[in-house]
Amino acid sequence: MELGIFVAFALLAVASAIVVVAHRNPVYSTLSLVVTLVSTAAMFVLLGAPFIAALQILIYTGAIVVLFLFVIMLLNVRREAFAPAANQGQRWGAALAGAAFAGLLLVMLWRAYAGVPAQPLAADLVSLTGLARSLFTRYMLPFQIIGLLLLAAVTAATVLARRPDAVDFGDRGEGAGGEP
Amino acid sequence: MSFDVLATAAKIGLWLGILLNVTPVMAWVERRGSALIQDRPGPNRLGPFGIFQSLADGVKFLFKETFPPAGADRLLYLLAPVLSLVPALTTYVVIPFGPTLEIRGHQVPLIVAPADTGVLLLLGLASLGVYSLIMAGYSSNNKFSLMGAIRASAQMISYELALTLAVVAVLLPAGSLRLDDVVSYQQGPLWLGILPRWNVFPQLVGFMVFLIAAFAETNRLPFDLPEAESELVAGYHTEYGGMRFAMFFMGEYMAMAALAALGATLYFGGWSLPGIDLSGWGGAALGLGVLLFKIGLFMWFFVWVRWSFPRFRYDQLMRLGWKVLLPVAIANLIAVAAMTLAGWL
Repeated sequence: MELGIFVAFALLAVASAIVVVAHRNPVYSTLSLVVTLVSTAAMFVLLGAPFIAALQILIYTGAIVVLFLFVIMLLNVRREAFAPAANQGQRWGAALAGAAFAGLLLVMLWRAYAGVPAQPLAADLVSLTGLARSLFTRYMLPFQIIGLLLLAAVTAATVLARRPDAVDFGDRGEGAGGEP
Repeated sequence: MSFDVLATAAKIGLWLGILLNVTPVMAWVERRGSALIQDRPGPNRLGPFGIFQSLADGVKFLFKETFPPAGADRLLYLLAPVLSLVPALTTYVVIPFGPTLEIRGHQVPLIVAPADTGVLLLLGLASLGVYSLIMAGYSSNNKFSLMGAIRASAQMISYELALTLAVVAVLLPAGSLRLDDVVSYQQGPLWLGILPRWNVFPQLVGFMVFLIAAFAETNRLPFDLPEAESELVAGYHTEYGGMRFAMFFMGEYMAMAALAALGATLYFGGWSLPGIDLSGWGGAALGLGVLLFKIGLFMWFFVWVRWSFPRFRYDQLMRLGWKVLLPVAIANLIAVAAMTLAGWL
């Protein structure tokens, strides 16, 4: 039963991931990404990490991918008529990243088959309390650094988006009238 | 079939029975309520006080011809109304609706999924609702639909932050993400010896943020910019008719019911009554009645506000969300955290 559900979601994740990369219409790609993320969330639940699953749905499918779609629709990205002429650097980068990922997978498979014991998925690793404790003790510094990184990204985005001569709709008086 | 499977199926069946009746009842309440507020009779032809009006509307929806517009993206166009029901039909699973019953030696908690992730699961599932609006707007091949969809997605993302921060502040004193723990926390000793130990009293500011964000999340007036009829015809569902339109309609009312149930559970003690021990079958029935009554009050408030306030302008909506509600929600969270640490809550 559990294996069947796992296989179903695993196949769904792989199939939708292929659609993400292969589909010509960016809106379909993004919506397939939603399916991929939801099926991996289901796999997290089956692996006994429901908190990570809930976070994945809440943050990735609920907010980040919505932003992707939002940008695609605002920029009115059209269906790709033919395969884009990829620039050479991008191609090499993709090949390198793919090789690195395949290497990681191979190492994991080798460890599994060579019988190297994996760390058990104990409650103090995946439970809410356990996660919170390790996040605020052992991983305190990386946690703070990620916060700083996000702050820097937000500041940079604000600076880039805000031209000095732009009209700030937010601070306009109520009586200014007209369409914003 | 094991006992647990049957018990869970029974609980899901009970919720579905309630949720599927929300839309016809609320459609009638909305129309009679608006008539009451505007001093006119409202629907009064079918049955006493026009109570069977929704039945007639349903029959009309079923028999109306529906067709996708020319140039529509058929797959997404047909999928969108169905998806609008998914969050509405899944979020109730973490809402507790009664005490733990003992049936033939089995302990049966009256909550469909007593999961540790609790309210996070609810918020995550509710946030998926925006996809159906985006798909409807994008696939309709209509600029008004598309603009409605873009407005809806921007609005829902903006207000989700304030909503979630307000919810987090409620979870702090309860010390758990589980809504049944939040309810049992609110069954504690009375505030100052007279007020029920509901979160709404110490966290009135958080409750206001939650309530305003709930209006924006469900695209209800005064924040119904995604379907502002004076600007966008009907927004993302402009090109929908018949039963497909009815599905969006049902999705909207059921999402309102889900947020009302969340609000009643977080701030008003959920199914519990202050000072009264609800247990056993009688207590379970009374508890369900209490929860439904609280949800009903929220729903009436939604209707009341809709027919009393004019619509916001879009820039006002965004300014309210980001410059007022979000800072207030963060300040509320910090204040509640401090009070919880000090042991006042």
